[in-house]
Order: sequence, then C-alpha cells, then structure tokens
Amino acid sequence: MTYMLILAAETVQAANYVPEILPLLRNGLAVASMVIGLFFVLGGTLGVLRLPDFFTRLHAAGMTDTLGAELILLGLIIQEGFTQLSLKFLFVSIFLLLTSPTATHAVANAAYQAGLKPLLGKYKIPTAAEISGDYTKQDDHHADDHSSEDHH
Amino acid sequence: MLRYGLVLAVVLAIYWFALSFYTIPLIVAFGVISVLLVVALCARMKILDEETVPYLFTLPTIVYLFWLGKEIVKANVQVVKAVLSPDMEVSPTMVRIPSSPRTEIGKTMFGNSITLTPGTVTVEMEENEILVHALLTEMSDPEDFKAMAERAAWAVGETRERPLEDGS
Repeated sequence: MTYMLILAAETVQAANYVPEILPLLRNGLAVASMVIGLFFVLGGTLGVLRLPDFFTRLHAAGMTDTLGAELILLGLIIQEGFTQLSLKFLFVSIFLLLTSPTATHAVANAAYQAGLKPLLGKYKIPTAAEISGDYTKQDDHHADDHSSEDHH
Repeated sequence: MLRYGLVLAVVLAIYWFALSFYTIPLIVAFGVISVLLVVALCARMKILDEETVPYLFTLPTIVYLFWLGKEIVKANVQVVKAVLSPDMEVSPTMVRIPSSPRTEIGKTMFGNSITLTPGTVTVEMEENEILVHALLTEMSDPEDFKAMAERAAWAVGETRERPLEDGS
C-alpha cells in the first residue's frame, strides 16, 4: 500500500517535472551556434566546388576558416561552460584567427608569384544551353567568355 | 628590453598555467624553469622587442577584434549569398590599396585582417601598397580598407586616439 502511494507520488512529481530552463537555454544556444557554423562550412565547401578559379576558391575556403570554425568552437565553449577545457577552446580559436589568414596569404602569394593569372571581370554560371552550345561549336565564342584581363 | 622580458615572462607563466592547471610543486618548478629558459633564449637572440612581445596593446587589440568580428560576419553573409545563389554572379577584382600602418606589426595586422575577411585576400605586400583580390567588386571599396587600416594601426598602438565609430 505504502509502496503504491510512493509510486503515485513519484508519478505526480514526474508529470509536473519542468526541465530547468538554464541548461536547456545553454544547450540550445550551443547547438544553434554549431548548426550555423556547419552551414557556413557547407557553404564554403560548395563554394570551393562551384567557383571558377583558384583565387575565387580561396575566398570560399576562407569562409570555413572564419565563421564556420569559430562558431563551432563558440558552441563548444558555451556547452562546456567556465572550465579549463573551454579556455583551451578559446586559445584554439585565437590561434585559428592568426594562422588561417597567414596560410591563405602564403598560398595566394605563391600562386601570384608563380604567374597564375586570376580570372577577372564578371562571371556567371553558364547555363546548360550555353554549355551544350559551346560543346558543339567549341572554338568560336568560348575565347572571350573566359578571358582574363591584365590585372595592372 | 627589461620591460619586454618581464612582460613575456608573465604572459608565458599565465599561458603555462592555463594549459596545465598543475599545482604540484615539482611540476610548477619545471614550468618556472622553462619560462626562464625561453626568456633567456629570446634575450640571447636579441628579439625581445614589440614584435615578439605584442602584449602591451592587448586591450585595443581585443576591441579591434570585436569590430573585425562584425565585419567578418557581414562579409561571410555576402559571400555565402553569392556562392549559394543559383547563377552565382561573382565579379573578381584585383585592386592596389595604400597600406597606411607604418610599423611591420601594423602592416601584418592590416594584411591579415584583409585576408581574414572572406571575399578579400591579400595577394602581395609591397612597400606602401597591398595587392588585394576581391571576390565581388563592391568589396574592393578603398574607403572600407581605409577605415580598416586606421583601426588596425590603432589596435597595435600606432595611433593614440581611437578611430570614431561611423556606424558602418
């Protein structure tokens, strides 16, 4: 009998159980930050695949380095709270802010020094008709489409 | 010289403790020895200057990082829009912009800030100019770069007065 009463009381308690708001908020923020970060990583990846030449692809790669990685790290920091581990995450994010532009600049500078001409002017994804048109009469108007002007 | 050595020792000690969190006396002693060793090595190499020890302007740099973070978010949204739109209209541009910071560290800060902002990459650093590759033509506005250069110079302590917030 007493056992039944305790069980009933526990059931009532369980029914009235309200999750504590702060941990919920914190986890929500952390997950939101990571999801937005992942969105930018995805955008950067698609950019690397879609953009036409080396220099424009660098910009898309830069997107994964900055907002993508930083937002994921921010999410981890929020989830972790004030601990030593989150301090280490903070250091990682600061080092990422220092090293990723340095590496990007080194790669871009090497390509420029080696004489890789950047694609300049307006660029648009060619439509399917344009691509098939180019495919049938290859040499005619393809040349002025992708001309890279002198950059000085 | 002595000042830079002291600042470097303090920063290294804080950094060592932040990474280890050890309070065992023997290990702390090892930490102290390694900090002293690093400072001694830097002194012997004669590189104890404001380039090795850029920690005296940490507060302006943090303020600058927040401003830069805002710019990075704006640029990221622009780039992600351009990249994910179905016909992906981009207009790559090369521009030469004057780099106004005088010191090496100021120039580094400015060049790295340009590269860190998606859509613009520092391709070449010259004596007084920077060659920048921009993904969209509207990102290569010289006025924006000028504002960034002023702030970068302030962040490393080149100019005393803080550049005004222009609401941009």
